[in-house]
Amino acid sequence: MARMKFICDAERCIECNGCVTACKNEHEVPWGVNRRRVVTLNDGVPGEKSISVACMHCSDAPCMAVCPVNCFYKTDEGVVLHDKDICIGCGYCSYACPFGAPQFPSQGTFGVRGKMDKCTFCAGGPEANGSQAEFEKYGRNRLAEGKLPACAEMCSTKALLAGDGDVVADIFRSRVVKRNKGAEVWGWGTAYGSKQAGQAPAKVEGVKK
Amino acid sequence: MMKRMSLIVLSVAALTACGEKAQMLGTKNDATAYSGATNAFVEPGWTAGDKNSWEQHLRARAQYGQNDNTRAP
Repeated sequence: MARMKFICDAERCIECNGCVTACKNEHEVPWGVNRRRVVTLNDGVPGEKSISVACMHCSDAPCMAVCPVNCFYKTDEGVVLHDKDICIGCGYCSYACPFGAPQFPSQGTFGVRGKMDKCTFCAGGPEANGSQAEFEKYGRNRLAEGKLPACAEMCSTKALLAGDGDVVADIFRSRVVKRNKGAEVWGWGTAYGSKQAGQAPAKVEGVKK
Repeated sequence: MMKRMSLIVLSVAALTACGEKAQMLGTKNDATAYSGATNAFVEPGWTAGDKNSWEQHLRARAQYGQNDNTRAP
């Protein structure tokens, strides 16, 4: 297996928020915390585009780099997870993340900020797979149950794809070829460092055109 | 004699730190996803602990559940 990745197909997303609802329901995420949300660009203007955004589980995750207590870790499948027993809720990861993924519950006394919460790619946390302790802290561990993330599996238009990077890239490629447009994979360049269609080619010095 | 005793006491005091537990921060070891979960929601059709079986199961699930181009006429 290559590694786990998300793709949101902006040509298909209809802003139904099914992914957001599926995530909140599956993991019983508290009020005020949205591990996933739908962002619409040029809302109300003809040609508007919507994209479902959550932690992209970056190849070189900036949250991991800035965490002062080193609470993040990466699984063999490339899923970026964190240990809530170590997190101090400082919020550095929130500033570093290009996708605004880290969330902070504020139901404590006097609205005190709690430990960071974010999308786990439905892979739970350091507690035993499928245990009650894991569910209470991180939500359900669907990967260990042989399932893919709930947001993608519940997506009504299959705009949101999740799974092995090779598989989801193949599915997306076949769509682009079939419809002959819309090859932009939003967020992939930022998350996985790959060059994507629609971007200007990088200038290489010393090459004559 | 006093000098030797004080040297021994000092050495013992200096070495007590070596017996302390490390206080370094670090993450716990997480079990691999392919090792399976301990609940009633595990999907049938793959073997817990067998990485290849888990990968193939997820690949098939992704293709069946997400690639509608192969299902639509």
